[in-house]
Amino acid sequence: MQDISFVIGGQAGDGVMRTAELLGKTFNRLGLFSFVINDYGSLIRGGHNFCKVRAASRQVWLHRESVDLIAAINQDTISKHKDELTEGGGVLFDSDVAKYEGPHTPLPLPITTMVKQAAGIPIMKNSVIIGAISYLYGIPLDLVNEILTWAYGARADKNIELAKIAYSHAEKNFEQILKVEQVKRPPTPFISGAETVALGAVKAGMKLYITYPMTPSTAILNYVGPNQDELGIVLVHPENEIGVANMMLGAAYAGVRTMAATAGGGFALMQEAFSMAGQAEIPSIFVVGQRLAPAVGVPTYTSQADLRFVLHAGHGEFPRIVVAPGDPEEAFVNAGEAVNLAWKYQTPAIILVDKHLLESYMSIGIDEGKVKIEPADMAESSAGEYKRYRFTDSGVSPMAFPGKPGAIVKVTSYEHDEDGYAIETPDGIENMQKKRLRKMALIEQDLKNRETVKIHGDPKTDNMVVAWGSTKGAILEAMMLLKNPLKFMQVLYLSPFPDWEVSKHLESAKNVVLVEGNLTGQLGSLIAEHTGHHIKNTVLKNDGRPFDPVLLAGKLEEAFGWK
Amino acid sequence: MEMREFDSPIQNTWCPGCGNFSILAAAKQAMFELVKSGELKPEQIVMSSGVGCHGKISDFIKINGFYCLHGRVPPPIMGIKVANQLLKVIAFSGDGDSYDEGVSHLIHAARRNLDVAFIVHNNQVFALTTSQVTPTTPLGFKTKSAPKGSFEVPLNPLHLMLSCGATFVARGFTGEIPHLRSLILQAIRHRGFGFVDVLQDCRTFNPTLEKFKPKVYDINKEGHNVGDFAAAWERAKEWDNRIPIGLFYKVEKEIYEKQLLGDRVLVDEKPLPSVQNLLKEFM
Repeated sequence: MQDISFVIGGQAGDGVMRTAELLGKTFNRLGLFSFVINDYGSLIRGGHNFCKVRAASRQVWLHRESVDLIAAINQDTISKHKDELTEGGGVLFDSDVAKYEGPHTPLPLPITTMVKQAAGIPIMKNSVIIGAISYLYGIPLDLVNEILTWAYGARADKNIELAKIAYSHAEKNFEQILKVEQVKRPPTPFISGAETVALGAVKAGMKLYITYPMTPSTAILNYVGPNQDELGIVLVHPENEIGVANMMLGAAYAGVRTMAATAGGGFALMQEAFSMAGQAEIPSIFVVGQRLAPAVGVPTYTSQADLRFVLHAGHGEFPRIVVAPGDPEEAFVNAGEAVNLAWKYQTPAIILVDKHLLESYMSIGIDEGKVKIEPADMAESSAGEYKRYRFTDSGVSPMAFPGKPGAIVKVTSYEHDEDGYAIETPDGIENMQKKRLRKMALIEQDLKNRETVKIHGDPKTDNMVVAWGSTKGAILEAMMLLKNPLKFMQVLYLSPFPDWEVSKHLESAKNVVLVEGNLTGQLGSLIAEHTGHHIKNTVLKNDGRPFDPVLLAGKLEEAFGWK
Repeated sequence: MEMREFDSPIQNTWCPGCGNFSILAAAKQAMFELVKSGELKPEQIVMSSGVGCHGKISDFIKINGFYCLHGRVPPPIMGIKVANQLLKVIAFSGDGDSYDEGVSHLIHAARRNLDVAFIVHNNQVFALTTSQVTPTTPLGFKTKSAPKGSFEVPLNPLHLMLSCGATFVARGFTGEIPHLRSLILQAIRHRGFGFVDVLQDCRTFNPTLEKFKPKVYDINKEGHNVGDFAAAWERAKEWDNRIPIGLFYKVEKEIYEKQLLGDRVLVDEKPLPSVQNLLKEFM
């Protein structure tokens, strides 16, 4: 099987991410399945940025730590990654600024000179690298030109020229690593979770996106910003996260499906508004992109430590929806579901993602038919005097938006009567509190018709791994490295908690291992709370990086007693 | 329609003689006038308020309403206007609400020139929580949170709004209801951020009515040029001997909603039916 893995590195600002993304897209066009992870620090220029690119003839869920090739814009990249090279690997480097003497094949390329001679600008070093790598993997030059034209439009000419120069240089001086074989398969997007969250929400009727920049959710903004017209949505960037959340409440009150995105720290600032969404029954969608916390933490690195935080966010008791997709396809579907659920049940929904899911790119099929607009319960014009919080058996009161003739639509952060006026009477309070909480059972019923838990691997074996979120990718890859069959239960919905599914699978398993990107086993404690099953066997870490499938496979062997 | 149709069924719980009654009366009269004249339909009006004594005004007017969290009046009304710019938003806030807790939102709403009327019930004290200092509490004023007297220099709301680029800056007084009604009407009719700071009497914790009454004068009757920013700034400095009320400054500038949306009414727009073409870009 073809399974290519290489790293491209340079300083922040060198354009490493763009290069990796374009190469990933190139392999995707050839029918290979690509994966690109972007690793960078919290700075604009300097430092060390790198991307690992993987392309294989089967679906890949994660990059590989080991690489067959280093492509280095600077010396630093070589010293940082030389130990990751597999036997027979090569080091492609800018011979104008770097040196390599070591056990692996040196592939010196005068990148800086080439760019200068072509009267290009430094960022075009990337096209030189693309040209050389294309030769090394036998990618046809026409395809490279096609991709560069797609990326740079009218400015593509010089990039195409440089790629060709580098390709010819490589052809003359280097030995090809391998010649990729095209794979025949239906085309799929090569896409990140940030982009699919936005697209899924749009497909479910989201028309307004409000955000304040904060890594990793800025990735969504970076897509939505330049594409807002094509997406048919409006983008607003208010003064702070408190403004974001409260503005979303106002827009949703006035009838527009609105989504807001932030990271854990930003969501901390949104707490009071989140609680108001519950109290005032205003449909609202919060994307929470986890990064390493507490506090500012490590801003550009991934984590899964905010599960308990979002489950308990906001003061008081009210229904909430929390869903945690594990890959860009699930992010598309779950974002759409979150929008629909929030609007059907008039309560806040959280799409819990993380830096790894939002910013990594992969080849993955997306069926837009999985998401459609599910209508909200709207008041009929002839329904008599409108009451925003009319008591109903289900707990859902038909909605109306301000501007509707004859309807007075009052929403409030105070406890209130059916008309939306503040109250303090014990009976009134309890009735309204219970009305809101009744919706939780309804949402649970709704979830029984959706995919709340996914089973991967061998469903018959009694050895089971349990995990959630983007850890999915590392587990699927690790499972392919293990000899023994494994069942993997991926929990998608965290609130309402799908105990009907989770209990069933836990009861049929003999050995269960929990894998999470946090140090306290937050999903494990949630499972114990809802099902009474205590998973004692755990593989936990929280160091900002996704699990390495090779190391994870070893840990799982230990945990299941296979070693 | 009759004005009493704006009366809500909720029993008013402000202290007897509270200055809020004057603001309520002036606001209702202004809304009524807009409806009666055919300028607005009642369903086009959305009122909003924050938390504090002033906030209860949301419960006392029977009209569309968004009763906010403390200090957070500007963001939801911005959301409302982005969703549906055909709605007319009349927002109420307090000195604790908007000059303290939510001052950043106020600054940005003014700076953006959001097309709303924004009326601040400024009684210079946290009243509902039974007397603590706000940013407009006078020096030396004793409250539960400043038992030895406040030593923090008070904020001048008019200067704040002028420097933030508010396009309509006015001050009303609860002792002058017809004048206040007129200011509120002008603020609503102003295309842009119509800001009215209202000197409000708090009978219980800061009775100012009798103190202010003899000092108050209407700058618009003394030849003030509302287009002159420097003159507005100078007038807004006055306080100790004479207290100026009226319209200080007014300028026409493009509103936030137009710049963001043009004439689009987002709530009426059909969402994108398919994302297939967008997905193709990633292939």
